[in-house]
Amino acid sequence: MKTYYNPDDLKKFGNIGEFQKPMADKFFEYYGEVFKEGALTAREKSLIALAVAHAVQCPYCIDAYTVDTMEKGCDEEQMMEAVHVAAAIRGGASLVHSTQMMNKAKEISM
Amino acid sequence: MKSLKAQNHPLSKSEKEIQLLESLEFTESFESKLKESGLFPLKPIQIEILQINMGKMCNQVCQHCHVDAGPDRKEIMEQEVMQQCLDVIKRHEIKAVDLTGGAPEMNPNFRWFVTEIRKINEDINIIVRCNLTIILANPKYHDLPDFFKANNIEVVSSLPYFNAVKTDAQRGDGVFGKSIKALKMLNEVGYGIDGSPLKLNLVYNPSGAFLPGSQGELEAQFKKKLSSQYEIEFNSLFTITNIPISRFLEYLVRSGNYEAYMERLINAYNMTAAANVMCRNTISVGWDGYLYDCDFNQMLELKVDTPKSQHIKDWNTDALTERNIVVNQHCFGCTAGAGSSCGGATA
Ligand code: SF4
Ligand code: SF4
Repeated sequence: MKTYYNPDDLKKFGNIGEFQKPMADKFFEYYGEVFKEGALTAREKSLIALAVAHAVQCPYCIDAYTVDTMEKGCDEEQMMEAVHVAAAIRGGASLVHSTQMMNKAKEISM
Repeated sequence: MKSLKAQNHPLSKSEKEIQLLESLEFTESFESKLKESGLFPLKPIQIEILQINMGKMCNQVCQHCHVDAGPDRKEIMEQEVMQQCLDVIKRHEIKAVDLTGGAPEMNPNFRWFVTEIRKINEDINIIVRCNLTIILANPKYHDLPDFFKANNIEVVSSLPYFNAVKTDAQRGDGVFGKSIKALKMLNEVGYGIDGSPLKLNLVYNPSGAFLPGSQGELEAQFKKKLSSQYEIEFNSLFTITNIPISRFLEYLVRSGNYEAYMERLINAYNMTAAANVMCRNTISVGWDGYLYDCDFNQMLELKVDTPKSQHIKDWNTDALTERNIVVNQHCFGCTAGAGSSCGGATA
C-alpha cells in the first residue's frame, strides 16, 4: 500500500544533501550543535524536541524522539507530560485568539 | 514464567541463535567492521579478570536475561571446578574475580568459595553480581550484606529504573520493592555510602529495544531519584547494552524489533568501544569449567579458540593470551555508542 509517510524514509533524512549539499551540510552541523549538552541538558532538549514533534505533527520526529527520550532515561509519564505541554500551548494559542473574536464581536454588537 | 530451555523454545539452542544472528541480509559482519578498525583478528591485551559463572539457577526470571536463568535451571558449578578456579587464581596474576550466575549466592558452596578466594589474596577485587532480591528470598540469605562486608566484596546489582513500572516489567512483579529493601540493607552495613570503602555499583540496562543513554547523565538521575525518594546511596552506575542473545533475542523477535535493533547497534558501531571490549582482559568460566571469551560467548557455547586451554583445569596463560577472540554479530552490542561491558560504558 502506498502512503505519504514511510517509516523507512526517516533513514534517508541524511540524504537530503543529494539535491542541495551546502545547505544540508549547514543544517546538519547546526542541528548537531543545537542538541549538544549546553545550558540545557541533552535530556531536556530531547523532551522539548518530543513536544515540538507533536506540535508540528511530524511522524518521523515522533518516532525518533520517542526512542531518544527513552534512551536518555525518561519514562512514559515524563514523555506524556511533555506532549501535554505541547497540547496546552496549542490549545492555549487557539483560545487566546478568542480575545480577538471577542473584541470584534463586541465592536460590531449593539 | 519458565526459562526458554524449560519451554523447549528453539532459541534456547545456541545453533538457532547463531543462525538467526547471521541471517540478516542487510547487515555488515562484525568481522568486517573490526577489519576496518584494524582490530581483526581480535586479540587479548592481558588477562586480568576471571569472570566465573557459578550456575544458571536464579530466583528471578527476567525477560532480558542472556543466561536464560531461572528457578528451573539446575546447572550449577561443583566444588571440584571451584577448586580448579582457586588453583588458577593462586598461580596466576588475576586482579579481579567476578562472580556471576544466575544468582551466584544460590550455589551451596558460594560462601566457601568466596572465603577461599579471599584467603589467597587480601587485595584481589572480588565482585559479586547480586540481583538484590535474593537477599530477601529466604531467611538464610538475610545476612548476605554482612557476609559481603566481612569479605570486602564489591557488590554490583541491576536496577533498570528508579520506578516499579519499568523495573518490574523487565525483572518480574514486585522486584522493584524488594530491590529497594535490599539496597537499604546494603546501605545499613556501609555499602555505597560516601567515604565508605564498601562499593555498591548499580547496573542500568534498557527495559526494551533501545540503547542506553549517557552513563554520566543516567547516574546523576539515578542518584537524585534514589536519594530523594528512597534515601538510597550507591557509588557508580554502569550502563549496559542488552546483547541480542537468549531471552532478549527472543523478546526482540516476538515484539517485531529484531531487525531495527540490530540495525541500530550496527549503525552505532564505535571504534574506540571496539578497542576496549571486555573480552580483551577477561576470561569467562562456565559452570562446568569450560573457558569462554565472555559470558555472552559462554551462553552461545562458543568456547575459547585454543585447544590447549579450553577448560579451567588446563589453564595456560600463554595460550589464552595468544588466542584469537571468537566474534559474531552479537558483538555489535559491545561496540554500539559509548560501548558496553560488565563495568559499563567503555568509550
Ligand atoms: S538477569 Fe540476573 S537476576 Fe535476572 S534471571 Fe538472569 S541471572 Fe537472574
Ligand atoms: S560479545 Fe563477547 S566476544 Fe563479542 S565483543 Fe563482546 S565481550 Fe567480546
